[in-house]
Amino acid sequence: MFYRRAGIRHTRYQDERQLWPLPFDKGLVAVIAALLVVAPFVVEPLYLSSYLLPWIIWSTAALGLNFLMGTAGQIHLGYGAVMAIGAYTAVHLVLAGIPFEIAMLAGGVMSAAIGIVFGAAALRVKGLYLAMATLAMQYIVDFVIMHFPAISGGSLASIAVPPVTFLGVPVIGDVRTYFVALIICAMVTLFMLNVQRTSFGRALAAVREKDYAAEVIGVSTFKFKLLAFWTSSFIGGVVGAVLAVCYLRSVSPDQFHLELSIQLVAMVIVGGLGSVLGSFFGAALILFTPILLNNLIGSLASDFGLAISTDLRSHVPLMLYGALIIGFLLWEPLGLAKIYNNFRNYLLVWPFRHAQR
Amino acid sequence: MDYILLTELAINGVFVGLMYALVAVGIVLIYKTSGLANLAQGALAMMGGYATWAVASYFGLPVWGAIPIAIVLMFLVGALIERLALRRMIGQPVIMVIMLTLGLEILLRGLLPGVFGSAVKRLDLGIPNAPIFLGDFLINRSILIGGIISLVMICLALVFFNSRLGVMMRAVSDDQTASWSVGIRVERAIAVAWGLSSVMATVAGVLWGATQGIDWSLSLLLIKALAIAILGGLDSIPGVLIAGVIVGVAESLASGILDPLVGGGTRDVVASVIILLTLLVKPHGLFGREHIERV
Repeated sequence: MFYRRAGIRHTRYQDERQLWPLPFDKGLVAVIAALLVVAPFVVEPLYLSSYLLPWIIWSTAALGLNFLMGTAGQIHLGYGAVMAIGAYTAVHLVLAGIPFEIAMLAGGVMSAAIGIVFGAAALRVKGLYLAMATLAMQYIVDFVIMHFPAISGGSLASIAVPPVTFLGVPVIGDVRTYFVALIICAMVTLFMLNVQRTSFGRALAAVREKDYAAEVIGVSTFKFKLLAFWTSSFIGGVVGAVLAVCYLRSVSPDQFHLELSIQLVAMVIVGGLGSVLGSFFGAALILFTPILLNNLIGSLASDFGLAISTDLRSHVPLMLYGALIIGFLLWEPLGLAKIYNNFRNYLLVWPFRHAQR
Repeated sequence: MDYILLTELAINGVFVGLMYALVAVGIVLIYKTSGLANLAQGALAMMGGYATWAVASYFGLPVWGAIPIAIVLMFLVGALIERLALRRMIGQPVIMVIMLTLGLEILLRGLLPGVFGSAVKRLDLGIPNAPIFLGDFLINRSILIGGIISLVMICLALVFFNSRLGVMMRAVSDDQTASWSVGIRVERAIAVAWGLSSVMATVAGVLWGATQGIDWSLSLLLIKALAIAILGGLDSIPGVLIAGVIVGVAESLASGILDPLVGGGTRDVVASVIILLTLLVKPHGLFGREHIERV
């Protein structure tokens, strides 16, 4: 359904099962990982906390959603609600005096437990109907969070996150919160990289391509769709907890609205369905382009004296998400990951022009 | 709980439900011809409202004169969407096409308030505000008139499906390849469906714009329309009519009875609950056809 590597570089199953079919990717990821680790000691604190940290957290969330949408081929329009469940569970547990590590996992389990109720609808329906079910989930969770003071403290209230420790180190200051987010991100990335090589990932791919056919060859679609929902919601809950503790520092109902879900869907599609690297690209593009564009419009307006209304400027992000989703679906349905892939393949055979037509 | 209030809520709910159903008919029209749900239907209704307001205010026309122009414009917009975006997506998985309509909805929701300003626009149809007394019951006049207009439009859609063009579109919905091979222009039928559903959306946008003003929140009609379309069965227009009444009454009663208990906001969640219950109990809705899949 999504994409298969063209060219006949790997002809044996052992090669296909490798983590890095191309050594180049291994080197690239190693360089990026090293850069991310040294970043807090090089980059200014302002850039660290307002650009790098959200990028890491949103990339992790995009990976979780990409697991469901790209790897398992199920659609989910309510991922913001999943993250909300994780965030609220974790914050309430931390307030009750439970260590952050356990609260985070409990948030994940809670998200998975509630997400699977809605995932049950996914077992009876698919495609279009599943999109509706998850959209309904978003609205119902929003409503419950907003109208039950026991959860949110009232519709306009926000709950401050108390100081926490992670693995015995207090999470204070920009550098430490950044590293907490980076550790979670690394773990999710490792899981995502490896899952496609396991029987689990292959079963999900079979279900994604054609679920009836998968059932015929003995893959239980029921079990694997449910597992996909469970895993993805678990990651979503954990990321929700990380988002609340490391970035937002206080949770309120309006942080997890439909807008967040749409943003995440846009990241997954723009980045490339089923691609780990693509999730990082997509998160970066969706997070930073509105800021850049807004600054650009602002400077244009002030330099050339153009009358650009604040209404227009405040709606730039929404327009851009929509335009990016439409544009990528029309012209590059496999997203930035495919563009990167084309570029890399071109360089791999560079001196020889046989790759071109 | 006195029964007068309940009856009053139910009667108003019927008409509100009919007005929701007008948006849902657009979704059904597109689903019936091309087999995909249009998640941009709420945004199209919003666009219809904005278009009417813009025509009326920029050309200085009365609202009733602006509506036909807006309807023609929106028919072209719908056909254009099919031509520019949907036709390129032929052969792609259905998830991708649904995502495309979602992208369209996000784009329109940002574009229109951005261009026209996000302040609420008033659209005055000249309907007096005073409610109608029917025995003991109070009925909101604009909702009553809106409901009746919606009923007429939905019946027109029913009639349309028995016309020559409508039969052609039904054939397309049954089997695109077969209708193509007997000489039906499938793309044109789908383009007409998009145009007609934009027209429906425009009327809905005008009616809702007259009751609550025109701003981005008109695109939230999508979730109610989806609830109605799914409950009715996505490819049945009588189903839309009945489901519209059910959803309208359920919403009205829920907001009347439950709002004092939980502190408001039940109106928005009723539609979601109905979607979820329908999918769990009877995924193909009350009147929908079961699809048989082959490997």
